[in-house]
Amino acid sequence: MLIPDDRKYSVTHEWAKVEGDKVRVGISDHAQEELGDVVYLDLPEVGRILSKGDVFGAVESVKAVSDLYAPVSGEVVETNTDILNHTERVNESAYDEGWIILIRMSDPSELDGLLDADAYRQIVEEASH
Amino acid sequence: MSRYTHQNPLLIEGSVPGRRGVRTATLDVPAHSLGDMLGAENLRRELPMPELSELDVVRHYTSLSHHNYSIDSGFYPLGSCTMKYNPKVNDRIAAMPGYSRIHPLQPEETVQGALQIMYELQAMLAEIAGMATATLQPAAGAHAELLSLMMIQAYYRHRGEEGREVVLIPDSAHGTNPASAARCGFTVQTIKTGSNGNIDLSGLKAALSTQTAALMLTNPSTLGLFETRIAEICELAHQRGALVYCDGANMNALLGIARPGDMGFDVMHFNLHKTFSTPHGGGGPGGGVIAVQRCLEPFLPVPVIIHKDGRHYSLEEDRPHTIGRIHSFYGAFLVAVRAYAYIAGLGADGLREVAENAVLNANYIRAKIAESFPAAFPQTCMHEVVVSAGGLRRHGVKALDVSKRLIDYGFHPPTNYFPLTVPEALMIEPTETESKQTLDTFCEALIQISREAEDDPELLRTAPHHTPVSRLNETAAVKKLDVRWSTGG
Repeated sequence: MLIPDDRKYSVTHEWAKVEGDKVRVGISDHAQEELGDVVYLDLPEVGRILSKGDVFGAVESVKAVSDLYAPVSGEVVETNTDILNHTERVNESAYDEGWIILIRMSDPSELDGLLDADAYRQIVEEASH
Repeated sequence: MSRYTHQNPLLIEGSVPGRRGVRTATLDVPAHSLGDMLGAENLRRELPMPELSELDVVRHYTSLSHHNYSIDSGFYPLGSCTMKYNPKVNDRIAAMPGYSRIHPLQPEETVQGALQIMYELQAMLAEIAGMATATLQPAAGAHAELLSLMMIQAYYRHRGEEGREVVLIPDSAHGTNPASAARCGFTVQTIKTGSNGNIDLSGLKAALSTQTAALMLTNPSTLGLFETRIAEICELAHQRGALVYCDGANMNALLGIARPGDMGFDVMHFNLHKTFSTPHGGGGPGGGVIAVQRCLEPFLPVPVIIHKDGRHYSLEEDRPHTIGRIHSFYGAFLVAVRAYAYIAGLGADGLREVAENAVLNANYIRAKIAESFPAAFPQTCMHEVVVSAGGLRRHGVKALDVSKRLIDYGFHPPTNYFPLTVPEALMIEPTETESKQTLDTFCEALIQISREAEDDPELLRTAPHHTPVSRLNETAAVKKLDVRWSTGG
């Protein structure tokens, strides 16, 4: 299971990678593995203002539909519309081509409340036992 | 697309020009040209219909039917679906001409017996529910959920209560519950399951407000556990002026033992095709029945069967507060006949035994496979047990692989990955109609599969091996479903 240490994670299995004043968001390798093949994604409108913890979309797999939660507050400045027709990228490249939204942070201090790779790994391993 | 299995070419692929299944009689009336009657522009020269003999067609469908799996061919422990045996005597009764050869447009006085059966079945189901009355009309469970929520909406409208727009639903609920609530225009709010598998009461208290229209609960829950504090839960909802809905999908655990109405529920649905042994799905139609307390009776769908002066049965349309018509005529009558025959055949004591044995069978499985597949919650379960295949992860094997491998052992897989709150869930519901021998064979297969996971995980990951087709591409089936034959494909 891949958990790169160049980004932060939420307990709801989103990753958040800082890019200047923005944060790129996707779901973790563990999350895509749990969901199974993704078949549909619900993305937010660009310009939508999110508060940390808001549901910003949904991911549907052959098993289930799961909500996506904003790891930080801010404005949605871009969404990855390429994955709408290539949902397999969320499975095959969860940390790169399978990114979901880009948020311009309104409160960068919220990043401190997220998990680092080690802490996230611990949560995932506990859940698997 | 061409052949979907080597054994079964499509009918069109076996077509031979000019071959006929029937020979028509010699024409003994004046002939007219089709072009004259229909208009030449409406005629096609080419019509790619298969041309086959009667025997070709019989063999085609007989061969397909051999690939079918049903409760009549094997054990079907599909959790939450109550795949019990459907006694043939009920089909036989429903096929009697007095039931099968009548028409809903016949005058009432010529179908008094049919109306009496429906009226009495309503009363029996209301009694089993512990409620005032019932309607047999809904086509199945999800239909019954939607209609019940419409009645709840009508109830608040009638009382002039505005702003009750939220329906509370536990995270373990059937997906139809939030879907029905959303379809009806309610906002859905999720209630978490506590660590013991029951509803988290503090979470429920915090969520209840004057905006709550209803709480939808499945009891026993989809975790196969009885909500032990159900009376308190209903009381909390009522204190806030909200109604409580019982998803009766799991009534097989409670028949003749406990009644939702006595627990405090205001409205519930039964699935006749689960609890009362009428056929499922394609063999159906299904049967949803709604039972209600007095407060919701004025809103029942029309027509309502009434028993005038204790003599004459009739269908009443004139109900000022009704939510209206929800089904053609009065629902699926022959499904009602089967359910009536089932209940009458078993009697009150027999129904109680159904529930007792359903619960016993589930617990037998729970205990027997506990080392290989531990139950998600340790307590005694009700009519079904939710176990986890999480222990096999260290071999790279998932619940889905276990399910697929069970097919090789001749069993229908249990429900998997539901409820979502249990990792690698397998939800096993044996029902009361299975023998100890069948349960033993099934448990041994599961235990054997857990050994295979250790010794040869690839065997599971590539299962099933003994079916005409192995794993289907589920993703493509969702995203690119194409069930149409075309010559170009």
